[in-house]
Amino acid sequence: MTAAARKDAEIVLETVRLTKAFGGLTAVDALDLRVHRGEISSLIGPNGAGKTTVFNVVTGIYRPERGSVFFQGENITGRKPHRIVERGIARTFQNIRLFPNLTCLENVMAGRHARMRSGLAGALFHPRTQVVEERETRRAAEERLAQVGLGESRNELARNIAYGRQRMLEIARALATSPRLIVLDEPSSGLNPRETEDLMVFIRKIIRDERLTILLIEHDMNVVMGISDWVTVTDGGRKIAEGHPRQIYHDPRVIEAYLGGGT
Amino acid sequence: MPGHCVPPHLAASRQKAAGLLLVFAALVVFPFFAGDYLVDVAFFFGIYVLLGLSLNIVLGEVGLYDLGHAGFYAIGAYTTAVLNTRFGIPVLVLLPVSALAAGLFAFLVTSPIIHLRGDYLCIVTIGMGEIVRLALINNPLGLTGGPNGVYGIDSPTLGFLRLDSSAGSYALIWVVVGLAVFALFRLQRSRIGRAWNCIREDEIAAQATGINVRAYKLLAFVLGAALAGVAGNLYAVKLMVVSPESFTFWESCLMFSIVLIGGMGSVPGVIIGAAAISLFPEIFRSFASYRLVVFGVVMILMMMFRPGGVWPRRRGGTESRDLLLRLGRPRG
Repeated sequence: MTAAARKDAEIVLETVRLTKAFGGLTAVDALDLRVHRGEISSLIGPNGAGKTTVFNVVTGIYRPERGSVFFQGENITGRKPHRIVERGIARTFQNIRLFPNLTCLENVMAGRHARMRSGLAGALFHPRTQVVEERETRRAAEERLAQVGLGESRNELARNIAYGRQRMLEIARALATSPRLIVLDEPSSGLNPRETEDLMVFIRKIIRDERLTILLIEHDMNVVMGISDWVTVTDGGRKIAEGHPRQIYHDPRVIEAYLGGGT
Repeated sequence: MPGHCVPPHLAASRQKAAGLLLVFAALVVFPFFAGDYLVDVAFFFGIYVLLGLSLNIVLGEVGLYDLGHAGFYAIGAYTTAVLNTRFGIPVLVLLPVSALAAGLFAFLVTSPIIHLRGDYLCIVTIGMGEIVRLALINNPLGLTGGPNGVYGIDSPTLGFLRLDSSAGSYALIWVVVGLAVFALFRLQRSRIGRAWNCIREDEIAAQATGINVRAYKLLAFVLGAALAGVAGNLYAVKLMVVSPESFTFWESCLMFSIVLIGGMGSVPGVIIGAAAISLFPEIFRSFASYRLVVFGVVMILMMMFRPGGVWPRRRGGTESRDLLLRLGRPRG
């Protein structure tokens, strides 16, 4: 995406002076972050820069002390996580969090939860609507599994598949929620170079095919530079730089944050 | 149709259907051959199956440590006892009323504690169960009869048919067990059952996939308590008397053991667990004083060698899902 195109694109996610503290430690400090529709935006920074905390506030797991989060123009600050999923934000976790004793298919079907309607009466009496909904959900989940190359593993328990595949399963589950924005917390961590390469290809493909927007935290600079349209750099909870990957790569403030100051 | 034409998953579900039919037939003919004593033993087996199933919703499906489940059982039993002896309401009418009362009670007492996790919730539920029992002993509003309890509860009547024999109460409870098993199988394979299991597996991930964790935990407590209330009604009607000593912490422990022995979240497991808890003491009645020792040793060995339970739920592949769909209305 060119700079001009980015300027014109609608802002999907915006945080305004977002602040989150744990006791005396300010993990996120007055952070302004903007993610535009259709881009792959990366949040980078050294360890302890508050990146994951930003994700947890955006997805409703933490409530911020100050500041706001806007999603597609709506203030979603402090909403419950399941409400935020309903609005259209899905996420993955740094340390994969699947439902280990459920099958791969059930994991992805769980992702459809917010898009389903049937309740107690549906479960007990199997009216037509419930049966159709369940069948549709199963079909959609099977498609998602096939899309991430796990079609054959649908009846295997999530804990029994290889690590790289668990990562893809988690992404499939997030995609199953029909998100507009997907938030990936270090998707390449623990993957070998080959798997990382496949993941980048996959991310590029879904963003093109499904008109998604992606916000990711990433440590692997090859990934960041390879797929990001925009990079925001944080350190100590503050934003220290933002820009196109190439600009960021040579920014002295960023180099200092990563390598430590020479003074 | 020649056997080799049947695809394997159909054959498996046919085997299961045949097995289920056999169990059903055995349940029907049993009271005609067994004496009253054995029929009564089978009744209490049924009570423990219901109690195990009810705790299984909370503990097995959602992973919430509830060690005060006897409290809900007591609410159901006392609702039936008090309303029947005071107002003469037929006990079968009180069956759903007891379920509602226990469910409502669960909603009220668990709403403020539903966010607690693991051992914290466990301790609070122990307290809840004990408070119910102590309140019953203290005879609030002169309704519960204190330590003596309430007696003189009617037998159930269906039109002119009076179900006051051992066989009558046996039939009643196993019909209820059958309905509960059917309902729980359906719940397990629904959006609700999936949401429950997701919460058990990883609460944070469940939230992040759009599940309203609080609402689904409350639903589990309310349904579990309602089923325990049903068991309470049937128990009160069978004994014709209820007293606080039937609803002790020990009773909650037995229910917990049923779910752990069988395998968390497994309906057949609960039935096996209930059999172990209710039939075991009868079989080993002759060495009464040693049976708790044996029971304890068995529990320790279980946890060491088969921590998942005797019959854990198997997922994926051929599940009883196919079977139940077949039993229900056939659909394309």
